[in-house]
Amino acid sequence: MTSLLPLFDFERMIVAPWTTALDTYGWMTLMAFLVTATCGLIGNYLILRRMALVGDAISHSVLPGLAAAYLVSGSLTLPAMIIGAVGAGLLTTFLIEFLHTRSRIKADAAIGITFCSLFALGVVMINLFASKVHLDAECVLYGELSYLARGSNELMPQQVLVMACVAALVALLVIFFYKELLLTSFDALLAGSQGFRPGMVHLVLMGVLSVVIVAAFESVGAILVIAMLILPGATAQLLSTRLKVCLWLSVLHAALSAIGGLHLSLILGCSMAACVVVTGTLLFGVAWLFSILRHLPPFRLPESHAMH
Amino acid sequence: MNESNTAEIGKPQSFMNRNLCGFPISAVLLFLTAPVCHAARIGDLTDTSVTEQALRFFTFSDASLRMALIGCILLGLNCGLLGGFIVVRRLSLVGDTLSHAVLPGIALGFLWNMTKDPVAILIGATLVGGLSMLTVNAITRTTRLKEDAAMGLVLSSFYAVGVCLIGMIQKLPTGNKSGIDKFLFGQAAALNGGDIALLSVTATVTLLFVIVGYRGLLTLSFHRAFGESLGIPVNLLHHAMMLLTAFAVVTAMQAVGVVLVSAMLIIPPATACLLTDRMHRVLLLSALIGMSTAALGAFFSFLGNNLPTGPFMVLAGAGIFTVAFLFSPRQGWLTRLWRQRSQSERIGRENTLKAMYHIAERREFREEGISLLELAELRREPIEIERVNAEKLVHQRFATLSDDGSMLHFTPAGWRKACAVVRNHRLWELYLTNVMQYGADHVHDDAEKIEHVLGEDTVRQLERRLDFPQIDPHGKAIPGAREVHGMADRAQAGSTGYNR
Repeated sequence: MTSLLPLFDFERMIVAPWTTALDTYGWMTLMAFLVTATCGLIGNYLILRRMALVGDAISHSVLPGLAAAYLVSGSLTLPAMIIGAVGAGLLTTFLIEFLHTRSRIKADAAIGITFCSLFALGVVMINLFASKVHLDAECVLYGELSYLARGSNELMPQQVLVMACVAALVALLVIFFYKELLLTSFDALLAGSQGFRPGMVHLVLMGVLSVVIVAAFESVGAILVIAMLILPGATAQLLSTRLKVCLWLSVLHAALSAIGGLHLSLILGCSMAACVVVTGTLLFGVAWLFSILRHLPPFRLPESHAMH
Repeated sequence: MNESNTAEIGKPQSFMNRNLCGFPISAVLLFLTAPVCHAARIGDLTDTSVTEQALRFFTFSDASLRMALIGCILLGLNCGLLGGFIVVRRLSLVGDTLSHAVLPGIALGFLWNMTKDPVAILIGATLVGGLSMLTVNAITRTTRLKEDAAMGLVLSSFYAVGVCLIGMIQKLPTGNKSGIDKFLFGQAAALNGGDIALLSVTATVTLLFVIVGYRGLLTLSFHRAFGESLGIPVNLLHHAMMLLTAFAVVTAMQAVGVVLVSAMLIIPPATACLLTDRMHRVLLLSALIGMSTAALGAFFSFLGNNLPTGPFMVLAGAGIFTVAFLFSPRQGWLTRLWRQRSQSERIGRENTLKAMYHIAERREFREEGISLLELAELRREPIEIERVNAEKLVHQRFATLSDDGSMLHFTPAGWRKACAVVRNHRLWELYLTNVMQYGADHVHDDAEKIEHVLGEDTVRQLERRLDFPQIDPHGKAIPGAREVHGMADRAQAGSTGYNR
């Protein structure tokens, strides 16, 4: 068992990433933070709308969208990827809706059938036609946060730039459409009667979700991205009931898990994406413990009443 | 590992560039091209190798193939049976959660003695699977988070731990690591004797469990509280079912893969639910569909020279599901659309006939033929629409049109049909006023709907109940059974309004 872990080396594992090797590890950490924070912002709304498993479904079914985009355009350029992913994401929401409104299939089974079939289709397409792209099977399942090479005349690695743009887009959407998102998430009927369009908001949210997932896909893979979507929001919602506070808390959670994940991956010597999630899970555990303790009489904080 | 994998599956690439750019995404075409792709990989052989592979498949000459096929059929049976209850109980995504969350268990089982020992893996995976279910329960009970968030959270964070562990295992210098990567997308050909033994044991246990505990499972699925009140140990059954599901997921994982194994628990039973109503038939069908899906998946992956099995199984299942979804005799989407359409056409025809009857009745059945203009006036619709309606009647031989196309005449069949509809309508109105004490001005709309669906038995019952009435609440004559069945006096007297 001891040979599972590389020898602990304080200098290399804790200090070096912030000093001598900052140029590689800094970008990896920044990338991990951007991915987790962006997913976390969207994820807050998914959890509120009880659509966590729709996020799960879309994260799987983006794959055939990417494969189709590759087959049609012959390369994985950014616009093709985004079109493929958004198409696949909207197709997934449509299929789930279609299956469970047009037959006796229940919503949960409809989700399962849709994403498993689409994911299988994606895997087969990649295996047969598109295995030269980055989209190999390993990447789909594990993701890869390393190899963020900065070109000599670039300010930052290209993937980081793309992710930063997506993060900015999501942040702007959340800021500008805060009211719409808040109202449609908590009370779609009221939102509809006030002239907002819950259906439209839902579709846009699904589209943005697909873009975020495809941007995060290469770094964290299809399954870990679910963790990125759910963990920050879930942790934040254990600690606060104000949406604004939750959004900030999930960004904080993202930052902590990115930094913690970097060190954990160096200590354990394994995939950084998985380690970011493990760190995030530990943070969730701490928040969970805190939320349980807070409701026990000896620890009850005065403001815990005001929060309900 | 990463490089070897890309190199291995990278070969068909050149073929793809030549022929398949702009290829439409379709599962069927994918299936068709799978063997072609394989042929291109071998090079000079084109069609023969596919047929050869197919021949090898169907003669079962290959020992490892036989093993793979038996394994697939067993797992199809296993997942199909348990999936029936899972889908009916709306636990579909529990299978998904379980299948992702057991990954660290697999890694731990592997670490136990550093080989792919099926029993150790089964134990590790079952323990971790149980732990994951407990965590989901604990999260939903102690926090505000809902079940979907809790399941997503548990499945992905357990999976991350598993990915970490597998990453560490693969860096180990010692140990036989071959095969652990096959857990991700599944490879039926990698099933060995031990796996098959384990699969048959779990399949037998599941089969016995379902047969012996059938009644208990039925009450658990449809009315848990009722089962409890009868003294059936529903909680015990629930936990046993979850345990067996964990077994099924873990044993199937080798052939289907972590990501897609939940599909084997969902797709076959969902298909069965579309085809039949009774639970025992659902289970039977779902086991059959599960077995054939798994065998088909093995077949396609074998044709493509050991491509991953799992995705092909799921695609085969999705194909069967799509056919059932569209064409199932009672539940199918297209069959129901078609049935709705023919029904609304029948109602439209009956309404036209009824309007014709009203016109004939207004003139006390003295004149033959009803002009389209009168019909249009009565129904307050443009004459063009009435012409279309008239043509529909003519098409069904309920009426004939005069040569200039302006007059309609009943045929005997049309006359009987019109009498039947009017009789239904008026009897129902009378029933509502006399028996149900409705006001006479409130009964028309209701009768307007029911007239199209009353069967002959119900009508006779109504007549008996109302003591064979002649007059409806609005003072109009109710056509009698004799007219409806073509023995009308008026018809013999020649004043019926229908054209001979």
